[in-house]
Amino acid sequence: MSRNDLILKIISRVSALLSAAVVLLILRFLIHEATPALREIGLYRFLTDPSWHPLSGNFNLKPMIVATLVTSLGAVLIAGPLGIASGLFVHFYAPPALATWHRRIVEILAGIPSVVFGLWGLVVLAPIIANLGGSGQNLLTATVVLGLMVLPTVAVLSDNAVAAVPREAIQGAAALGMSRWATVWNIVLPESRSGIVAGIILALTRAFGETMAVLMLAGNVVEMPTSLLSPGRTLNANIALELGYASTSHRSVLFVSGLILMLVVSVMVTVISRRRRTTQ
Amino acid sequence: MISAINLSVTYHGKIVLRDATVKAEPGKVLALVGPSGCGKTSFLAALNRMTDLIPGANIRGQITFDGRPIDSVFSNRAELRRHVGMIFQKPNPFALSIRRNIELGLREHGQRNRDELRQITEKVLRDVGLWDEVQNRLDQSALELSGGQQQRLCIARAIALKPQVLLMDEPCSALDPLAAEHVEKLIQSMRGQYTIIIVTHNLAQARRLADNIAVFWTRDSVGEIVEHGPTETLFGASSNEIVKSYLSGRRG
Repeated sequence: MSRNDLILKIISRVSALLSAAVVLLILRFLIHEATPALREIGLYRFLTDPSWHPLSGNFNLKPMIVATLVTSLGAVLIAGPLGIASGLFVHFYAPPALATWHRRIVEILAGIPSVVFGLWGLVVLAPIIANLGGSGQNLLTATVVLGLMVLPTVAVLSDNAVAAVPREAIQGAAALGMSRWATVWNIVLPESRSGIVAGIILALTRAFGETMAVLMLAGNVVEMPTSLLSPGRTLNANIALELGYASTSHRSVLFVSGLILMLVVSVMVTVISRRRRTTQ
Repeated sequence: MISAINLSVTYHGKIVLRDATVKAEPGKVLALVGPSGCGKTSFLAALNRMTDLIPGANIRGQITFDGRPIDSVFSNRAELRRHVGMIFQKPNPFALSIRRNIELGLREHGQRNRDELRQITEKVLRDVGLWDEVQNRLDQSALELSGGQQQRLCIARAIALKPQVLLMDEPCSALDPLAAEHVEKLIQSMRGQYTIIIVTHNLAQARRLADNIAVFWTRDSVGEIVEHGPTETLFGASSNEIVKSYLSGRRG
């Protein structure tokens, strides 16, 4: 083995080891910090305590779990159809020049910092949604902005999935005199389904992970939401807001919520990579 | 039946086929032969406007159907392609069930009656000799079929639409010899029912199948038809040196 080869081998092994170690260390750290709460309070009380008043020993996470689920799933409900439509648009409906510009704009959308999304939501969207009732800082506003933030993920992956549909299949449909719509509905969507689903799951993990924009927009009141116009606080926002002053079991509960988020996201990532492998 | 008069095809302004003039007679088989890259496939794709799918493709000249300009016979591309069907080099069944592969095109053209769909499906699968092999698994994926079966399925779904003309782009070249023979026999048996225009690199096949042939050749890197006429005349005694040496296997 030549010297350069040996050096490269060592460097790549060390970097691979380091990146894997970081994930494991973070997980170990989370578990370590969460252990006191899991041991002393127990998972059951996180769902049954009367409220979230950590300073007086009440640790009900349920409203925040609900807020997290509602905003994330809602965001994907918005981003899913729009993103799939975007992927189909660039391949079947847009003239080539427009398709190029459309792709570029979607990329820019992906690059907007989340705090800027938050500002825009606060100044532009919240006053509009306030017309429906409330202050405008509520789950609906957060969901819509979150939807726009994860839209590029669905759009780009749908674009790729549609591009991977065999050209022969589309030619075959055209040769039978099938319309564009019939081709898209009967041939393209079934063939690209697994790629599109992967995009949606990936978008869901991004939505679960997003903190800043949601924190700026959701109103941050910890109570069980009764409608989309209720204010709410997500688990991520809660960690960001309270970690600064939390101590002892309060602090440990925040790590439990971090652990929950990480587990949910890892399960989803595993699902995607398994799907990828089976479709290839 | 279908004729091209001075048909030229360009891609992004670059000409690949110049002034092709040839006539396909009703119920007969016309073979397009010649070396690769001389515009045979472009010519075929221009006839049912599959060139629309290729960015930058443009066609000039006239195509007539039963003596009338083809655009005045068929009001849109869907109608045109329904009557002028196409079979590709690589079998391209949809990743759907065998039944759906045949029904999709029929439904698209307004056939929704379930009984009739079933009858047509059986009839065309019998026509291509596939019925006995697949009648018990019509709802399985068409991708589970062998290459030769897939190609016959593609022919079945094309003839389900009752086209007058079938365009075939080297339909046997991606198949193993036995499957190719099977498909070739099928094409033989379709003579008289459809006007067939077939691109092939296999001269022996052209001779076996075709009533007429058109020889394509490249001149100054542009494809053109150097000679066309009855198969035996061209194979027997062509006056054209290129054609003579190509058809005898000495060139190309």
